[in-house]
Amino acid sequence: MPQIQIPSPLRQYSGKQASIDVSAKTVGEALAGLVSQHPELKRHLYNEEGKLRTFVNVYVNDEDMRYLQKEATELKDGDTISIVPSIAGGSYGV
Amino acid sequence: MLKISQSEFLSLRQHGEETYPHECCGVLLGHFGDNGTKTVTRIARCGNTRADSPHNRYHIDPKELIRIQREGRERAEDIVGFYHSHPDHPAQWSPTDLAEAHWIGCSYVITSVEKGSAALTNSFELTGSDEADKKLVDEKTDVI
Repeated sequence: MPQIQIPSPLRQYSGKQASIDVSAKTVGEALAGLVSQHPELKRHLYNEEGKLRTFVNVYVNDEDMRYLQKEATELKDGDTISIVPSIAGGSYGV
Repeated sequence: MLKISQSEFLSLRQHGEETYPHECCGVLLGHFGDNGTKTVTRIARCGNTRADSPHNRYHIDPKELIRIQREGRERAEDIVGFYHSHPDHPAQWSPTDLAEAHWIGCSYVITSVEKGSAALTNSFELTGSDEADKKLVDEKTDVI
């Protein structure tokens, strides 16, 4: 069964679980299942138009799903889906 | 509060000296305490993918973070924060630092590196409930 890794800032919304097994055939199904089980996660992952927030990266194993088939990316047993909010910044200027 | 060993504290400062005049960046691994204290057990250096503007911008490749996170899980460590440097700029968060911070509950450690030498290191915790009300607040650092 695929597994979703939950980053530390979101664990308070996933029943404190760091990883959750999901029964899903695609990334889209997995994420939908996740927010269905833990509705508070939805606003942190998705914007008001229902799209993944731009700073939320979703990887299937070591591949960014944007460069696979996005939410249609197929999953198999043992796959790991990682939710990774981006890390960036800078000192000054635009 | 952020607790960090002397050796890891010196190491993250040294990283900023080595990458000067560019920003360095990395991950803080350790544990979240029940009382809100975060204890750093190890730092993991990362590459700065902002080759277009490395003197005042940093970005960590999510793929690198996933590897660090996986290795951390094997050691029962969590990601408790991140660090980066400000070459010839104060150890204070900028509007860009706040806009690009999304790991609520984690620490963001900044070192000013002046003319190649690490000067001040400050820590800030990202607080709030979501993107709309997030703030970076001063956090006491206990170097042990």
